[in-house]
Formats: sequence, C-alpha cells, structure tokens
Amino acid sequence: MQSRRRDEDFIPRLLITLFVILVDVIMLYPIINVISISLSSYTGYLENPIMLFPTDFSLSAYNQVFQYSLMLTGYGVTLFVTIFGTVLGVLLTILTAYPLSRKQFRGKGIFMGLILFTMFFSGVMIPSFLLVKSIGLLDTIWSLILPGCLSAYNVILVRNFFSSLPDSLIEAAEIDGANEPFILFRIVVPLSKPIISTILLFVAVGYWNSYFNAILYIRSRELWPLQLVLREIIMSATAMNQSTDGNLAEMGNAAVQPIMLQYASIVVAMVPILCIYPCLQKYFEKGIMMGAVKG
Amino acid sequence: MHPKAAKLSRSYWKKNFWLYLFLIPGMLYFLIFCYAPMYGVTIAFQEYSPVLGFFDSPWVGWKNFEYLFTSESFFNVFSNSLIISLLRLVWGFPAPILLVVLINEIRLQRFKKASQTILYLPHFILWVVLSGMIINLLSPSSGAINFLIELFGGEKHAFLQDPACFRTILVASDIWKEAGWGTIVYLAAISGIDSEMYEAARIDGAGMLQKIVFITIPNLVPTIVVLFILRLGSILRNGFEQIFMLYSPVVYDVADVFETYTYRMAMVEGRFSFATAIGLFQSVVGLILVFSTNKISQKIGGNGLG
Repeated sequence: MQSRRRDEDFIPRLLITLFVILVDVIMLYPIINVISISLSSYTGYLENPIMLFPTDFSLSAYNQVFQYSLMLTGYGVTLFVTIFGTVLGVLLTILTAYPLSRKQFRGKGIFMGLILFTMFFSGVMIPSFLLVKSIGLLDTIWSLILPGCLSAYNVILVRNFFSSLPDSLIEAAEIDGANEPFILFRIVVPLSKPIISTILLFVAVGYWNSYFNAILYIRSRELWPLQLVLREIIMSATAMNQSTDGNLAEMGNAAVQPIMLQYASIVVAMVPILCIYPCLQKYFEKGIMMGAVKG
Repeated sequence: MHPKAAKLSRSYWKKNFWLYLFLIPGMLYFLIFCYAPMYGVTIAFQEYSPVLGFFDSPWVGWKNFEYLFTSESFFNVFSNSLIISLLRLVWGFPAPILLVVLINEIRLQRFKKASQTILYLPHFILWVVLSGMIINLLSPSSGAINFLIELFGGEKHAFLQDPACFRTILVASDIWKEAGWGTIVYLAAISGIDSEMYEAARIDGAGMLQKIVFITIPNLVPTIVVLFILRLGSILRNGFEQIFMLYSPVVYDVADVFETYTYRMAMVEGRFSFATAIGLFQSVVGLILVFSTNKISQKIGGNGLG
C-alpha cells in the first residue's frame, strides 16, 4: 500500500520538479544572457544575441563605461543616499517607535492615530513637489534623502517588537537610575537586533530602488543617481541605434557600439546588488514574515 | 488642581520628557512630509500659478474635476489603468500562490533553497535596468526575440511599438520580476501548517494533489484575502516607472495610466492644479475601495485587515 502510494505521487512530483526547473531557467536566463553579451564584441552579439556564454570575448565596452564620469558620480550619489538615508531612517524609526511602546506614555493614542493615518492617504505627487520646492530642497541631495525616510509601517513594526520585550528589564534599569537614552540604546536596541536589521535592509533597498524622487526633484546632472544616468545611457543608445546621430559623444569614440555600452552599464548597475543579495536572503524572508504575522 | 495630582504630573514630566523629546523629529517628519502635502491637495480646487504661489492662487471650486471628468483622455487613462491593473490581478496575483504551493512539494532541500534564491533574484533588478533589458531583447534590429523569429523564417516585429502587444509585455515583465518575491509573504502561512495534518491525510490515503487542495491552499486563504483586499485598494495604481520607461507616444492609447498622465500634465505641461485633481481622485477611489472590500470580506468570512 505504502509503496503504491509513493508511485502514485511520483509522476506529479516529477512534473512539479520539472516545472520549477523551467521557472528557474526563465528567471536566470535573461540575466546570464545580458552578462554574456556585455562581455562579447559587437559582431559576436549580432551573430548570436541568444548566447549563454560570451562569444568573441571583449572588455572594450567596460573600458568605455568606466571612463564615463557620470557613471561614477551616479554610483557615488546612489551610495551616499542609500547609506546616509538608511542610517537616518532607522534612527528616526527607533526614536519614534520607542515612546509609543512604553506603557506609561500619555498621548500614545493621538500620536499613533496621526502616524497610522498617513498610511491611508499619501503619495499625491504635486503637493509633495511644491513642498520640497518651497522648503528649498529642490535640486539638492536632501530631496533624495528626506522625503520617504520614515514610514508609518516600519514605526509600527518596530513599536510592536519593543512592546513585546519584558517590562521587568526596563523597570530594573530604572531602579538602577538609568535614564531613557541609556535604556533605549543600551538595553532595548541591542535586544531588538532582529527587527532593526530587517528594517535596515528594507529601508536600504528602498533607497537603492528609488527613482521617482530623483526624476521629480533633481535637475543638475552631477546630482543624478545611478538610475537617471542609466536611463540616459539606455535612451540615447536606443535612439542612436535607430537613427545613428545620438548625443553620446561624451562617451568617446564610435569604436564601441552604443548598444554594447548599454549592456555593460546594465551589468555594472545590476551585478553588485545581485552578489550581495543571496547573503541577505534569510533576513529578507524573516522580515517579510514578521510583517505578515504582525502587520 | 489637587496638589497631589499636580505633583504627580510634574514628576511624570520629569520622568518622561525624554520620551517626548524622542518623538519630536519623527512627528515633525510626518507633519512636514505627510500632512503638509495632504493640505496642499487643496490646490486641486485652485487655478495654481507658480508666480502667485499656494496662498494667492485663485480658487476655482470643482472646475478642475469637471474638466477632468469631461475630457476624453480621462476615459482613456481611466480604462487603461483599470484594464492593466486587472490584467495584473488576473495573471499576476495567482502566480506567487502557484509557485509557493509547488515549491512546498519539493523534497530535496538543497534544490528548494537554490530555487528560492533564483526566484527572488529578479526583484532586485531595477526597472531602469529591466526596461533596458526588455528594450534590447525585443529590439527589431538586434534583439534576441527577433533573431529567433527570423531564424525560424518569420517576420521581424517591433513589439514595444505595437499596441496589441504592449500590455502583455507589461504584465509578463511584472510577473517575471515580482512573482518569486511575492511567494515570501505566503511562507509564514505555509510554515505555520502543522506537519501532523499532512501525516494524518497521508494515513487516510490522500495523495499529493488532495493534500494541496485540502490542506495547503485552505491554510493560505487568510493571507490571500488580506493581500487581495490590499490589491483591490490599489486597483487604479499601476506604478510609474515600468510604464514610463517602456511606453512611447505610439502606444499611449493602450498604455497611458494615471501615474504617467499626471506626470506629463504636471512636469511637461505645468498644469499643477489639474494634475493634483487627478491624484486626489485616484487616492479617494483607492480609500473607498480598501474600506468597502474590507467591510465586505469581514461580513462574508470574518477575514479582513482587522
């Protein structure tokens, strides 16, 4: 009986395995394809655009990409915004969540209400734009950092975690005469590493991915984050491919085809994050599951 | 005030002033970056002029909305937003559920882990990057797809410029990017299933398919309901980046959605009040949808956002 059952399940299990392998291939193939093309010569690419391995290996596109000054400043801006914004965002989240987690804190309901309400009504573009303009942040790096550095959702997630810590710890510290900053940063924060590392990751990914703020608020090219630089490279390469009179003169001679530059810059923007991500995978899983359980 | 109460309150402030101090920057943030723009929404009822500014621009009542609801492009944008979003719902929403159920059946732990890593990977590719990949992949002059079509004797085709293909490209690329990532939300529900249930079902003679239908999927239902409600609340939202980076005037008829239309109205044509009216309309519809679907689902099954 047992073995017959196993046989019954063998075919569906095999089909599921094959299907998952197929999905894996669909997910991986375009990424590998782009990397291989970026490492090939233009003629190699034209002969075989569906390649899985580089044909006619060449690094000339990368040489060009790294000479393009905007690519470097773009990386710099994105890194700065991501690192600084994450530190600021996480610090603000902790500071805001902590008082709301304390039982004796009066006014908790009002503050929580004010914070929760922002979750339901947000994201109207023009008033935000006019605000950023009127407080003088337009076309500064702060316009990429400040709007969006604190989210109601994260505050509530962290507050819930803080509330779940045993009260006796805080009471004991208070009896010993510890003040609130000491309690928060020496006792509560070290005990809340799981939730803080989760928030940290999500805030960082948010900054790394953010595009709309830059397109709305940034005018000067030297403040362009990586995304805007890439967008220009992709757009001009596409236009140039169609008409051949593009404005990529800055990127050097015509020895390297614009489309190859495009492939190389796509890889330069994509690969670092794809290398870091698998190391962080379990934190992402934990984080989303935490949100799913409590949120 | 009773002297004892006053003393208590003074000691309360003395003890807790740090807490209020901690709260100041965060509340300032919400006030400036969330509540000020909420008030700024009133420019939807003005004829905003950058020269006059927010406080001196003339009030025009519902004029912007009247114009919005009678303009032809509104109906195009409205139906595009709805159709593209519904297509995403129909094709994209079940994708992570299907994936998570299938992956749950894989016994080989190493293969399971590796597959999960691969499935999450596309989520980390920026839309700028992905749109570049799509443009190249579908390029009529050198793209891989047209290369294959030609190899098999077909005609080259400019897919991104073809209104008949554009929405399919949107939905497919969205699924490619987000389906794997979307499985994570369901992992909590799956890991919460008692393995004894599977064991009992096995003893009762249930096959794999029966276990999926009668154990795995029912356990996913609460999560599915919550996500579905949230999805309905954003049924008029399609996001900006994906469409903005892939569309072109040739496909505006099938691709122009609220986000892209608002952006062009405001940033290209400078019609701030009109653009805000569109945004406000979109937000209000979203709010109504979230609350009503939540109410309905609470009435039906007791599952809701709580």
